Amino acid sequence: MEGNHFQRQAAYTRKTLFDQGYLDEQFIQLEDLQDDANPNFVEEVVKLFYTDSARLIRNIDLALADNSSHFDFEKLDDIMHQFKGSSSSIGAKKIKKECTQFQEYCNAGNLEGCTRTFQQVKQEHATLKRKLESYFQLTRQAR
Amino acid sequence: MTSNNILTLGQKFSVLIVDDDKIIRRIHKVLLNKFGFESHTVENGKEAVDLYLSGKHFDLILMDMEMPVMDGPKATRELRAMGVNNMIVGVTSRGLDSEKQAFTEAGLDYCVEKPLTSETITSLLQELAKK
Repeated sequence: MEGNHFQRQAAYTRKTLFDQGYLDEQFIQLEDLQDDANPNFVEEVVKLFYTDSARLIRNIDLALADNSSHFDFEKLDDIMHQFKGSSSSIGAKKIKKECTQFQEYCNAGNLEGCTRTFQQVKQEHATLKRKLESYFQLTRQAR
Repeated sequence: MTSNNILTLGQKFSVLIVDDDKIIRRIHKVLLNKFGFESHTVENGKEAVDLYLSGKHFDLILMDMEMPVMDGPKATRELRAMGVNNMIVGVTSRGLDSEKQAFTEAGLDYCVEKPLTSETITSLLQELAKK
């Protein structure tokens, strides 16, 4: 009975993640790949993303802090391209949207815009992590 | 997901996944394994070229465009210059047509956007089965 309760909660949490725009259909593609051979595939890939993206976030923070006379927007865009690609891979819709905004500021050479948008990227990154951790805990309890 | 091996008529195809993104490598490996591929992964174009130089061969190469050490276009040119004539499919998240065009002209058979979908894999399997 308790399992059913957690199942319902997990299903509801999952639905809200999509309804509120945190996830897109790529997350469903990951779910479709989960099976007996890869029973924790989705959680595994999400963990991979958060480990890898922490490194990329550090690199972007360092790049934004560059005080040299010629700011390297191309390098910044390259790192963000990687980060956006990884975000797309797990269906992180809101993060991807902020990344696109960031890249637009990069292309415009707008450092202030990049810095401001990157705060949004980090916020969405942290929010999704929290929500997915709760969701995965519910799915584990539902088994 | 139901078995998609019927498309291969029982033939097991091998695929080399060339991508510096470990998330993409993991996703594509699992996806391709579900379609009956035997998959091998490397992190950049140089590792792909070195594999072929060591005598390895694959039915399909999925080549990422942007990678450190050796990128997709360069690796594709080198492989074709070596006489490698298996299917090479470029995989990119850059959307610009000019970039895809340049990558294709390096010697690709096709260029697709990543991450791959089941529909894309099905199409590639159909092409491989024709060869």
